[in-house]
Amino acid sequence: MKTLPIVFAAFASLPAWADEARLTGPLLPAYKTECGSCHTPFPPGLLNPGDWKKTMAGLDQHFGTDAALDAKTAGQIGAWLQQHAGRTMGRSPDPEPRLTTTRWFVREHREVPARAWQDPRVKNAANCAACHKGADQGQFGERELSIPGYGRRHDD
Amino acid sequence: MKSFLPLFALMAGLAGPIWADTPAGFIQSYSTEAARTQPGFRADVARGRAFAARDWGVSDKLASCTACHSDTPSNPGRHAVTGKTIQPLSPSVNPERFSDPAKVEKWFKRNCKEVVGRLCSPAEKADFIQFVMGAR
Ligand code: HEC
Ligand code: HEC
Ligand code: HEC
Repeated sequence: MKTLPIVFAAFASLPAWADEARLTGPLLPAYKTECGSCHTPFPPGLLNPGDWKKTMAGLDQHFGTDAALDAKTAGQIGAWLQQHAGRTMGRSPDPEPRLTTTRWFVREHREVPARAWQDPRVKNAANCAACHKGADQGQFGERELSIPGYGRRHDD
Repeated sequence: MKSFLPLFALMAGLAGPIWADTPAGFIQSYSTEAARTQPGFRADVARGRAFAARDWGVSDKLASCTACHSDTPSNPGRHAVTGKTIQPLSPSVNPERFSDPAKVEKWFKRNCKEVVGRLCSPAEKADFIQFVMGAR
């Protein structure tokens, strides 16, 4: 069984904001439905409050698609994101904020082989569920990790 | 009685597609709507299939409905940009489909604008659902 030659140092290196609760906490149902339909409902802790605000302000032209919501739902999701945002997370370098380009994300995934990102089953770094099998439920733990073409990182 | 009239008028206005909550109900109410301009309109599987597979030339990545929804409605699809799996549209394998008018209308609006470049007509919606449900 081929396993990735990765030393699992992630827990030790997690900054203080990225406590387990932030990554695995329950998702607001409206967030899961509305923001988890076209892609993974991303963990709110992986963007800072300002970046979430920008995202929520531009939903009618969201990465070339229309993700607009009614005012009530948008307000509810926006407030929840502010509450659970990663407060010490650095800004995303993109004009339309991407959590997959923050320094934290890049560092956390530096051991992922380039070939894995290009695998057609992954297709896009934002396709978290290709590797994190529990992503749609907000689970990013090590146990549910399986990289296409590489298999599970640890044999059970 | 007279004072109830506006209320009835309002209800009649709402009693279009918005009140369906089964696939057959959606087809029926969209068909009724379509028949106003196309007398005798009946939803058609083959037309629906052609509509779903048509390359509209509006968006490169999202050329057709089947770019994200499988061309076999009982199979899962895959979002052409994000790669996320999309559950089958067929109500026989995915009973949640075509049960919530707000959801159905929201996605017709979003997806039609993106793929077709305009809103879909009631006739197109009826055909599409007929295709997704399969032949009668
Ligand atoms: C209609 C489909 C759709 C909906 C609904 C939607 N998104 Fe997106 N989202 C996209 C697409 C398409 C991308 C771009 C993917 C790409 O190009 O990599 C994207 C990307 C993102 C990204 C950047 C991901 C990255 O690459 O790091 C964030 C953050 C995001 N969406 C947040 C949200 C939030 C919050 C909501 C709910 C309010 C939402 N999205 C709803 C389609 C959608
Ligand atoms: C190509 C596979 C792949 C994709 C796609 C991917 N990840 Fe990861 N992710 C990994 C691997 C491998 C690790 C473990 C890195 C390590 O331990 O060194 C990881 C680690 C993480 C961690 C840290 C988990 C912990 O407990 O330390 C988080 C959080 C995370 N990823 C979130 C995401 C999110 C959110 C997305 C989508 C926007 C995503 N990942 C997409 C492979 C992937
Ligand atoms: C960019 C990818 C994409 C394309 C292209 C696309 N859809 Fe969708 N569609 C989605 C997503 C994502 C959902 C909502 C997620 C879900 O319910 O699984 C959805 C949901 C729907 C629903 C809601 C059904 C229900 O009751 O749950 C209908 C109807 C629909 N699409 C019709 C269409 C039609 C018609 C077209 C072509 C004009 C089309 N779609 C093209 C991604 C797409």
